[in-house]
Amino acid sequence: MIAVKASRRSFLVGSAAAAGGLALGFHVPLAQKARASSAGVPEVNAWVLIKPDETVVIRIARSEMGQGTLTGLAQLVAEELECDWSKVTTEYPTPGQNVARNRVWRNFSTGGSRGIRESHDYVRQGGAAAREMLIAAAAAQWGVPASQCTVAKGVITHSASGRTTTYGKVAEAASKQKPPEKIVLKDTKDWKIAGQPLARLDTIDKLTGKQIYGADLAFPGMLNAAIKACPHFGGKIASYDAEAVSSMPGVRKVVRVDDATVAVIATTWWQAKTALDALPITWEEGPNKTITSAWIAEMLKGGLDSEDAFILTNTGDTKAALSSSDKVVSAVYSFPYQNHATMEPMNATARYTPERCEVWAPTQNGEASLAAAAEAAGLPVQQCEMYKLHLGGGFGRRGMQDYVRQAVLLAKEVPGTHVKLLWSREEDMLHGFYHPTTQCKMTGALDKDGNLTALHMRISGQSILASVRPEAMVGGMDPIVFQGLTANSPEGHLGYTIPNLRIDHAMRNPPVPPGFWRGVNLNQNAIYMECFMDELARAAGIDPLAFRRKLMAKHPKHLAVLDAVAERIGWSNAPAKGVFRGLGQIMGFGSYVAAAAEISIEKGQLKMHRIVAATDPGHMVNPAQIERQVEGSFVYGLSAALYGECTIKDGRVEQENFDTYEVLRLAEMPAVETIIIPSGGFWGGVGEPTIAVAAPAVLNAIYAATGKTIRTLPLKNHKLA
Amino acid sequence: MPKLNINGTERDVDVDENTPLLWVLREQLGLTGAKYGCGVAQCGACTVHIDGVATRSCVMPVSGVAPDQKIVTIEGLSPDGSHPVQRAWLAHEVAQCGYCQTGMIMAAASLLQQKPNPTDDDIKAEITNICRCGTYPRVLAAIKDASKNAG
Repeated sequence: MIAVKASRRSFLVGSAAAAGGLALGFHVPLAQKARASSAGVPEVNAWVLIKPDETVVIRIARSEMGQGTLTGLAQLVAEELECDWSKVTTEYPTPGQNVARNRVWRNFSTGGSRGIRESHDYVRQGGAAAREMLIAAAAAQWGVPASQCTVAKGVITHSASGRTTTYGKVAEAASKQKPPEKIVLKDTKDWKIAGQPLARLDTIDKLTGKQIYGADLAFPGMLNAAIKACPHFGGKIASYDAEAVSSMPGVRKVVRVDDATVAVIATTWWQAKTALDALPITWEEGPNKTITSAWIAEMLKGGLDSEDAFILTNTGDTKAALSSSDKVVSAVYSFPYQNHATMEPMNATARYTPERCEVWAPTQNGEASLAAAAEAAGLPVQQCEMYKLHLGGGFGRRGMQDYVRQAVLLAKEVPGTHVKLLWSREEDMLHGFYHPTTQCKMTGALDKDGNLTALHMRISGQSILASVRPEAMVGGMDPIVFQGLTANSPEGHLGYTIPNLRIDHAMRNPPVPPGFWRGVNLNQNAIYMECFMDELARAAGIDPLAFRRKLMAKHPKHLAVLDAVAERIGWSNAPAKGVFRGLGQIMGFGSYVAAAAEISIEKGQLKMHRIVAATDPGHMVNPAQIERQVEGSFVYGLSAALYGECTIKDGRVEQENFDTYEVLRLAEMPAVETIIIPSGGFWGGVGEPTIAVAAPAVLNAIYAATGKTIRTLPLKNHKLA
Repeated sequence: MPKLNINGTERDVDVDENTPLLWVLREQLGLTGAKYGCGVAQCGACTVHIDGVATRSCVMPVSGVAPDQKIVTIEGLSPDGSHPVQRAWLAHEVAQCGYCQTGMIMAAASLLQQKPNPTDDDIKAEITNICRCGTYPRVLAAIKDASKNAG
């Protein structure tokens, strides 16, 4: 087992134990006091392990990348376990163990804001089962019925005899108990640990430099690798001159990783990077060398009125309603490519021998990393193992396994030696799986009273699934394109009732690799829908909130979050002089979200003063964590709205670092007020949905301030004066 | 062979003198608290103090640091994480993924050393480090708290 909170030293102990570990009965003495190393201590069940010193180790299958799932999932297990929260620590089971144990921890994949909402049920059952086994063990020792025993904070009591014992004392015996056949989970209203704004379990080491990320990993004798893939999408290596750098300091090997990729392995990473930068490489630019952003925009434009389209919704007769209407409003929006730009660039460490391959990596999908490692190693998955590390940001990027594959291919060049591959920021910028680009033509019809009678939303542009997971497409259609727009999905349905409604997608896939990017397609869909709602409201001469409310009578949960932000921002009263407001709402990732923004424009400069956000995630596992995710969502969403843009020239991305790929910094950050309205009855995600309402709220406020309708993102390309 | 004074200890490092200080810290000395984020002094994840001044170590060649200049990294900011900025960071639970946070903390500690009672505008002008998780509102609040508690 890898200790999530371990220092480097104990981490190495823990991983060594896991590598040779439990399966071989290798025993790491507890005296080594690896803080969360659990080797040698029998688990109560897959989710819970309790040490003699009462430390409760909760196993977390999902990846922690800052979003707080580690703490939230631990709260859910601990709630049912009835343990002492102050004794809780966590660890990641390995993907290899998951495979070996018939996927006892189920899904390791961490994306789509699914960490908690998809596993709350079975992790709570794991905690509850462990509790019952611990009680049964105590009852058996005392020779009393388990039903006469109670537990609180890890102390089991048989009140009739006045006897007490602790989880730590009976844990070993509990591990031999049969799991209960029937488990009844607590009513959420009885929660004591879950639902509370408890402190994160993973903070301290992040403040002292002790937290080990993938980029920080070190093993004795480890080599380091720097890598360059052909920057032109679809291009490859024409030639390179390894001789020119082979005698540079520290250089061990120049490696052709594949047709498009070359790497240098050296003693230190700085030496590897220095040599790689000096390596003369000629690229064969390939079939896409003439592709530009303008070419892509033209390609997408062709889909705005084309006949070929996948239809999501076609109620009433939108075409007839639009052609017979008194007033038709039409607008075309567009959304650019964006890079995830995690602060920690892609990296992975691998060690290969002909018998075994091991990989250490920050990953959003440990099982996919294991599979990628096995494939690259050419070994059966049973001879491979994957150790997860905390991620220095994920945002969807680390669901892809390209860097894991590369690390294994490099490790094969020096069998028996650990090789750490670290991408430069430039490599990271040039080889993303980019937020896909789309355009959208919105056409709406208003009757003489300003009611929206028809709406046609035509999305033209790139499908993520077509590139990343074609097997998940439905009859050629990519349903994820329509995030937040479906009629009746618990994942995210449209919050407006429009009598004649057509939503369709003309798929146009430029040769730039797309990927899941925090918020995914909800981000631009919310801009298209919510900014156009404001355009329609203006055309109808109706206040944007009132205009929306007329369409939302059948969508009370959407309306509740919208009303909440409107009330808090004081929508019914005029803002201070020079301050302007905008709002937006959408549902996505299972949650209802809305935002209202207050901004001003001073000398053409946007100043965002205040943002109010409301979220209804159904159930609330840690309100403090939700607040942090909402605040962070605005930084991510506003970064995208203000600056996020990868432009394409010569079939490659032009931006190579943060000097040209700007992101939001502290100076521009508005104050964020978070309202959480957990209405119960469903489980929604919180890591992503709010991102989508950041841009529309601000863009609608910019119109209020300037009369300018911004329809092409990012904002940096527009003059606001 | 460059000599460096790091966290109060004199260290000899056997390294090419053009090597950035960041990589000397990370790869020669095992001090991985300063992070690589961009390599061009844009993001600040590599921030350390040189004679108390926040410095982006990814573009500072090791030859540019004199033997008597005092380098302090996050590992040496306090022996036990008790620096007022670290305590404020804990109280506000600023960190999310945490990767940029050591640099952010070093930038904040330096700011408070120069300006013990910074205004919001001072903080906004001085703290230009990039965080992608979006900790900015808490960074601001924690620095203000630290300035009160340090005084």
